[in-house]
Order: sequence, then C-alpha cells, then structure tokens
Amino acid sequence: MSQAQPRLRAAFSLGVTALLVMGLVASQWLLGDSPQQMQFDARLAPPSVDHWLGTDALGRELWARTLAGLALSFWVGCLAALLSTLIALSLAAIATLSARLDALVSLLIDTLLSVPHLILLMLIAFALGGGTQAVIIAVAVTHWPSLARVLRAELWQLRQAPYVRISRALGKSRWFVLHGHLLPHLIPHCLVGALLLFPHAILHEAALTFLGFGLSPSQPAIGVLLADAMRYLSGGYWWLGVFPGLGLLLMVLGFERLSSHLRRAL
Amino acid sequence: MRLIAPIAKRVARLALVLTCVALVSYGLMMASPIDPVDAYLGPQMAQVSPEQRALIAQRWGFDESVAVQFGHWLRQLVSGDLGWSHVYNQPVSEVIAQRFQRSIALLGSAWLISALVGFSLGVVAGAKEGSKLDNIISTYAFITASTPAFWLAILAVLLFSVTLGWTPTCCAGPAGALNQEVTLATRLHHLLLPVATLALLGIASITLHTRTRMLELMRSDVATHAFAQGASRLDVAWRHGLRHASVPAITLAFASLGELFGGSILIEQVFAYPGLGQATVAAGLRSDVPLLLGIALFTALFVSVGNMIADSLYGVIDPRIKASGL
Amino acid sequence: MLTIDQLSLQLPLYASWWKRDWATCLDEFSLTVFPGEVHAVVGASGAGKSLLAYAIMGLLPTPARLNGQLYYQGKPLNASRQRQLRGRELALIPQSLSALDPLVRTQRQVTWAAQRAGQPSAHAWHASQQALDHYQLDARAQQAYAHELSGGMARRVLTAMAHVSQAKLVIADEPSVGLDPHQRQRVLDALRELANQGKSVILITHHLRHALPIADRVTIMRDGKLVETAPACAFQDSGASLTNAYSQALWLALPDNAFATTAISRREQEAHVA
Repeated sequence: MSQAQPRLRAAFSLGVTALLVMGLVASQWLLGDSPQQMQFDARLAPPSVDHWLGTDALGRELWARTLAGLALSFWVGCLAALLSTLIALSLAAIATLSARLDALVSLLIDTLLSVPHLILLMLIAFALGGGTQAVIIAVAVTHWPSLARVLRAELWQLRQAPYVRISRALGKSRWFVLHGHLLPHLIPHCLVGALLLFPHAILHEAALTFLGFGLSPSQPAIGVLLADAMRYLSGGYWWLGVFPGLGLLLMVLGFERLSSHLRRAL
Repeated sequence: MRLIAPIAKRVARLALVLTCVALVSYGLMMASPIDPVDAYLGPQMAQVSPEQRALIAQRWGFDESVAVQFGHWLRQLVSGDLGWSHVYNQPVSEVIAQRFQRSIALLGSAWLISALVGFSLGVVAGAKEGSKLDNIISTYAFITASTPAFWLAILAVLLFSVTLGWTPTCCAGPAGALNQEVTLATRLHHLLLPVATLALLGIASITLHTRTRMLELMRSDVATHAFAQGASRLDVAWRHGLRHASVPAITLAFASLGELFGGSILIEQVFAYPGLGQATVAAGLRSDVPLLLGIALFTALFVSVGNMIADSLYGVIDPRIKASGL
Repeated sequence: MLTIDQLSLQLPLYASWWKRDWATCLDEFSLTVFPGEVHAVVGASGAGKSLLAYAIMGLLPTPARLNGQLYYQGKPLNASRQRQLRGRELALIPQSLSALDPLVRTQRQVTWAAQRAGQPSAHAWHASQQALDHYQLDARAQQAYAHELSGGMARRVLTAMAHVSQAKLVIADEPSVGLDPHQRQRVLDALRELANQGKSVILITHHLRHALPIADRVTIMRDGKLVETAPACAFQDSGASLTNAYSQALWLALPDNAFATTAISRREQEAHVA
C-alpha cells in the first residue's frame, strides 16, 4: 500500500469521500422530517434493533439526528471554508498592491491570531446575534489568516519572478499576467488551503454550537445533540454522548485524510 | 545592547496589536443586536418600567454615542479599570484574576505534559519511521488531532466518572464546600481528568510537528552523512534529531497557547470547572460585555506574549539566526 | 581493495497515474580500486557517479533494485557488512556542504565521527583535534558553526571527518566543486596524501582536468555505463592510447586542447553539455 502512487491514493480517497458526501446529502432528502419525529413510547431507549443508535429524551431517533447533524455540519463547513478562502485570496491580493496595505493586512492577521480562535468566534457570533448565518460568517472570518499568509508569500515571490517581470515589461495586460501567470500557481494553494480549513471549520462550528453561541437549539446540529447529552450524562444514557461525536470525528478524519493525500499528490 | 532594540520593537508591536484587539472586539460588541439594558437586567427584564430602563441606560452610559462610550471605556482601561461584571457582580479584573488562578493549574499542567510527551512521541515516531511504534503513534496523533475537544471530555466523563466512578463529574471541589476547606489532594483529584483530556488533545499537534521535523532530518544530507560515518538511527536521532526538532517544538508549544485556551473553554464547560473558560461562556451567553471584552484582551495578551516568546526563541537558540542579529 | 562486478541499479520512476517504471541508473558497471591509488571516476551530471558512491556505502534510497556484486578486501560486501564497515573502513566525503550539521560546532562533529568509527570518547576528542590541526583549521574554525565556515574550510572539515575515522577506502564526491583554484588544490592534495598513506581514494568528479594531476587511474562513465578505465597518463597529447571515442573526445574538448569538438558527434556534444 505504501508503494502505491500518491496520485492514485489521492484519487481513491477523493472518490470515497465524494461518495460518502453524496450519500450524506441524499440521506437528508430521504429522511425528510424523521430527525424531528417524536415517539412517546420510546423515550431514552438504548441502542437496539428497533432504535439503531437509541433515542433521545423526546423519543427522537439518534441515528437520524446524527446524520442530519453531519449534513448540517458539512454545509456550514463548506460555506465557511469557501468564504474563508475567498477572504484569504482577496486580502493576499490587496497586500501585494502596496507596502502600506501589506502592513495593514499583516497587522490584521496578527490581531486575529492573537485572540484564541474560540473567543474570537464567540465575539463574532455574539456581534451577529447567533444563528446559522452568524456561525458561517464567524468561522469564515476567523480561519483565513493562515492561508492568507501562505498566499501572500506566494504572490510576493511570483511578482518578483523573472518571467512575470518580463511579461509585464513586454506590455502584457494586468489581466493577462494574472490569468496566465499568477492564477495557475495560486489555484492549487487555494484548493488545498480550503480543504485544510474545512475540518477546522466543522470542529469550530460544533464547538461554538455546543457552547450555545452557534446554531439554534431547535436544529439537529452535532453541537446541539452533544450539549443535550450533557444533561443526561450522569443518568448513564451513554449513547447520546457517544454517537454524534463519533460521527463528527469520522467525518473530520475523512476530510483530514483526503487533504493530506491531496497535498502529497499536488 | 544589541538585544534591546529588537525587544523594544516587539513590545511596541505587542501594544499595537493589543490596541487593535481592543478596537475590533469593542466594535463587535457594539454591533451586537442584543439590547444592553436587556442584557443588564437578564430575567428581570419584564419587571422594569421604561423610566427605569432609561435610568439604567444613563447610569451605564448606554445612551451615549458609540465613539463616546469607546473613549470612556478606553480611558478606564488605561487607568487599569476593566469595568464591572454584572454576571458576577464584581469588578472584571477581580473575576479574571480569581478565575485565571484556577485555570492556570489546568492550563499549565496540560501544557507541560503535552509539550513533553508530544515531543518525546514525535522524536520516537520520526526516528523509527515505518515501524509498528511509529504507526501507533502517528495514528493516535492523527485521530486526536481530528477529535472534537468537548466530545473527548464527554467520553472521559462517561467512562471514568459515570461508569468507573474514579473521578468526580464536576467542579473544582466537592459541591457546597468552601474554598478554604478543600484540600490539595481533593483539588488534584478534581483536576486530574480535565488535565488529562486537555493534554491528550495538545499532544497530537506537537507529536505530528516533531515527527515531520524528524523525518525531514532523517532524509537530510546531515543524516546521510552521519549514516556514512556508521551511525545508527538511534545515534542520528539522539545527536542530530533532538537539536533539530527541539526548537520548533518549543516554538510550537508557545505559539499554540491560544489553541490550548480554546480547548480549556470547552473542557471547563464539560467538567463544570469554574475557571476563566467557564466565565467566558457565561459572559457571552448572558451578554456581560465588560467581562467579555476584558477576557478577550487578557487572553490576547496571554497569547501574544506566547507568540513573542516563540519568535524570540529562534534567535536565542539557533546559531544561524543568532549570528545574523535578528 | 574494492571490486565492483557488473553492478546494476534501478530506481523507481512514476511514469503515469498507475504505472511505476524503473529507471536504470547504473548498468553493469565494473571497477577495481587498489590500495594506495587515487581512482578518478569522471562523467557528466546524471551519469550515476554519486549513486555509485551511495551503492558502495549501502546508503541507497529504499525502493531500489540492485544487481551485481561488490567485494571489499576479497570478501563480498553485502548490506550487513556495509553497515559494519561504514565509518570504520569505508568513508564518504559527501558532495553537499549541507552534510555538516548547522547546529553543532565543528570540533564536536569531527569528534562524533571519531566515536562512530569506534574510538573511545576520551581519545576521540584528541583525535579530532589532531585531524583538524592537520587540515590547518585553526581554533576559531574548530569552534565555529557550519555557516561561519568558508566553502574551502567546510570541505576540509568534511575531509577531516573522513580522515579521523582512519578508513581504508575514502570516496570523495565532487570535492572540488565551488572552490577557487588555491582551495581546490589544498583539498585535492589532501586526498592524494591519503592515498600516499596506503589508503584507496575514489575521486568522483565531472572535471577531468582537476582529477588528472592527482589520479593514478581514471574511469570515464556515461549514462550509468562504464566507458573506459585508463591510467591517468593516457590522457596526454592527442589521447591516442584511449580506446574509446567518447573518452578521447572528452579529453580533446578540454580548454587546454583548444576545445576540439570535431571528434564528437552532435548527440555526444549534447550529452556532455547536459
């Protein structure tokens, strides 16, 4: 296995991840509203053949809720990672325009990096009043600095590169330089960067929701499920605490693997 | 003399960054749609007449323009007054001082353990690349790096407190006991599981980072040359590896203080440990703006100093950078 | 001392998404080195010279296919014997100056080399001192870090590390690269001196001209294959005693021989330039 082609492995794990994600998205469509369906005669039922992962205090199926939570996490993570990459790219581009703007951007980066992520997330979620939008924006706004640093360094280096300078001296348009020389270098960085951000985004979304600053408690988010489970911990209702987190771990792990394979292949 | 100029530069930068943090976090607080009077009143919101609301707004300056309020807050800040926390009914600086004292035991021991254990595991894994031990260590680090901190804490409570009953489920001491009555042993007993959980999570990043450094070294010209001299892998790892991996590991340990603090917020929440992290959550959920601002500034200071130490360490330890006077 | 018999080496090459090909780096290469001689191995970049050095030391990257036999002092030199003899009987002076650990002072590195060669630590310190003195590295250079050394000094430190191990076979990989004529002479003289003490020296270089003054015999390599092994004295005048057209052309193309390129076909010129 270790002898296998890095690109082959990347393609394989990309395929597997895509399949799982498709399954996850399709399951939401098939599940309908069963994550919210209450069964009054099966409250806090342990895992069994009838209730695969057990039920919660209102008799809702945990497996349906976990799947729904993962799908929710996936969408929030996707949007946040995408938004974050866009912010990183645009600020890195702005930083290369002039020395003063560069100083300003790096001050902004230092500022954001000096506050612990989670506290910054809480501040932003607080400022936006909570809810799905707030979480997505908060996660996007806090996760771009590391990628922006990479892109900024790359852009500076590219601007100094002889072929870019020659291209300019030859009178090629700005657009041509950007399109022909800069973007082909930046796109792989952005792609890997976004993929690296994604698992972090998911984890931070779940943490924020768990603490009560994120998605609304009426949504079946993983953070909500686990915060719920906290109240039943000492009662021995272990399944409430174990399965949603396990699902989240597996999803994050899958994406981490994918991104590490992709990094090696590119 | 040569050392003074860079240090002064760093301190100036630190002051600048902290000012920006103050500006940004104050801006965020002001942007919040949550009404400050409602937040101040909490559940008593319904019992208050409009006149009383106006009085409250006047007393705490909520009715003034944002710029005036910010100026007022900044002036207080410079004179050392962080404001009043309405959740704890105490000055913010006192809340932070008390809570941080409890958190530092948790943070400090978890930090030390994760740095030491993480570094050792990373060195071993990197030196024995591809071995069974390396596989176990890497897999462990890879998995814990992706584990949600609060979930791990929940699992720990489920296993050790609820099922096995080895450790208490909550708090920094027995419920109802006064602070002075709690013995050191009891304190440590309550601290054990939170510290273990936090350390377990912190180990992963340092292990992975150190392992990467070791692999880089083991494939470098330095290692090939050492092998050509007849050195064993152990010899190369011990003589060259430790030197090359230790500076990045120490740097990472200082640079990851923010991450550690974030983890401690989640873990304090799960274990109901009354530290600074729990206070942060309470301040956020109950809109205690002065406390939230104070904590943001305090943690920014804490993290920035960590980053500063991390940056400076390279210059002190690595002879290549020492020579160029950076 | 050392005999290389029909050595072939293949390294993996990722040709496409699925396939892994093997690139032939050494092709049935044979060579014998005697005690007390400097044996120059000359070839263009990519001819497989450095890989030859690594193959002798047993330091090839792991997925490698090696065929053929190595003999050291009459006995087969296999992986376990290589491990035993490395640093004690076999020494490598690496091509890259980055082989010096940037975080360790010079003398300590030389001492480590002595310890790895099996000398007791009390003696190793003394031996390293002697070796460094021998190569005219003063007290400042002995306490210096690698980045504080000039190219010539670093090269002499690497030579001292091979010297202190008292190995009987020393392989010097491109020791004259990047040095001014004076420094280059010092380094090459040091190698000659090792041979004069009865050791064998394999001098790997792409500069035929640098190798000739100190070499006893010269092996020309090309694309992993042996072109010709000839005594150093064969490289004079028109090189008439050289049997192979490529080695003849290589000799005639030197600046002293008026860059005569008529003998080289276009393809061979390219190969040489590349």
